[in-house]
Amino acid sequence: MLFEVEDVSYSRAGKLVLHDLSARLPVGASSIVGPSGSGKSTLLRLLNRLADPEEGRVVYEGTDVCERDPLELRREVSLVPQLPALIDGTVHDNVAYGPRLAGHSFDARSCLELAGLDPAFEDRDASKLSVGEQQRVMLARALALEPRVLLLDEPTSALDRTARDAVEATLQDLRVRTAISTVVVTHDMEQARRLADYVARVEGGRITAQGSADEVLDGEIESAIATAEDAT
Amino acid sequence: MIVAASSIHVTVGEVAAALALVAIAAIASRAWHAGLEEDIGVAVVRSLIQLTAIGYVITLIFDQDSALLVLALITVMVVFGAFTARHRASLVPNAFWPLLVSLAVAAAATLGLVIALGIFPATPRYLVPVGGMVIGNSMTSAAVALNRLGEDVHEQSRKIEATLALGATSSQAVTPLVRRSLRSGMITLVDSTKTTGLIFFPGTMVGMLLAGADPTDAVRLQLILLYVLLGAVSIAALMAITLARRNFFTPAHQLREPPEP
Repeated sequence: MLFEVEDVSYSRAGKLVLHDLSARLPVGASSIVGPSGSGKSTLLRLLNRLADPEEGRVVYEGTDVCERDPLELRREVSLVPQLPALIDGTVHDNVAYGPRLAGHSFDARSCLELAGLDPAFEDRDASKLSVGEQQRVMLARALALEPRVLLLDEPTSALDRTARDAVEATLQDLRVRTAISTVVVTHDMEQARRLADYVARVEGGRITAQGSADEVLDGEIESAIATAEDAT
Repeated sequence: MIVAASSIHVTVGEVAAALALVAIAAIASRAWHAGLEEDIGVAVVRSLIQLTAIGYVITLIFDQDSALLVLALITVMVVFGAFTARHRASLVPNAFWPLLVSLAVAAAATLGLVIALGIFPATPRYLVPVGGMVIGNSMTSAAVALNRLGEDVHEQSRKIEATLALGATSSQAVTPLVRRSLRSGMITLVDSTKTTGLIFFPGTMVGMLLAGADPTDAVRLQLILLYVLLGAVSIAALMAITLARRNFFTPAHQLREPPEP
């Protein structure tokens, strides 16, 4: 098992966001789905110690993440946030940022290519790119760390349909070309089906279902149909 | 007003006459509905009480010629300075301690250096006024720097967290903000030092000229004070930022107030 989240609780500004939540995410492509405000992004941030739970623990490959050095863990389990947040400078500066901190070598052009961007973007001013292009630079700079796991928080929520399809195609391509496990947070059930083999559904800070994508998402559709029928 | 060779006697009546200028400020505020009349009134009363009180305290310290009393007065100024400045740095968690340490270090380092370099003798007549100027300017500089740092960390929390997610330490994640905050804290004094003598005459020089001192001496003393203050504000701003930036993060390099999901 890649991650085991055990009885985790977390509150923010005095409000309980995660309640005694337990989840298991296997090696490969997983997705955490749920409506806005359900706690799925918070859960993602616990996986690479951008936050620590108040109760419970998160186990990564058999080790409590709190026993890991947070900086090393974040290089191994890299998170791409929902909105682009690039540093000032060129695309190359952004891709180089993480590897330089870690003292690793990197190939910016291949990272850009893996993220679905033309390597010719390398010298472009990052602030002048479109949101879709910036999101790909975020992905490229995470890939430059050569992570074992990529955590992607609503990777296409700020994009139009064309850009969304392109980013999804890139993520599917990554699954084929690399051994990187992915955990994608999304509110879009169909996107979860396209990008993940395993799905955990979060509602109100608790896991309400988890299992294979077909199992969980078909159940979701059946439940939605039942709710619609009850309403009529 | 009676001016002797090296002293100046000011009557209470002359001070009261200067209140006419305050009346202009109050009238302007009322006419334009700026809502500052009450603040102006409080400022006048507070300045009258505080300066009169400190006048008697300084007279006592000068008469006693006691280094311990000088130290006590400077300590009180540092503590009050840190209390006052923390309100302007309200977005910085636990800003009081970084401010207290930065003001204390700026005062100790600057006064220690001017004595060691033989610029001023270690007597209350020099240490009290210079200490007051150093602490006052350091307080403003540290407060402005921390205010800017707090606003920037708050506004750029997404960018900071994205940087932490790439394996940056908390110090590395706020480095670009530190530069801007330090600049904000120092720029006012740097600019006023650039324009001194052209656009405005600094207070010490004006005071010495009014008291009948030789203009060359007044200028030299003013230059010394400007240079001392530049050193002091840079120490205070840099130290306050260095100490306060840690307060935004946990020991595991996590933002204490992460961005909204």
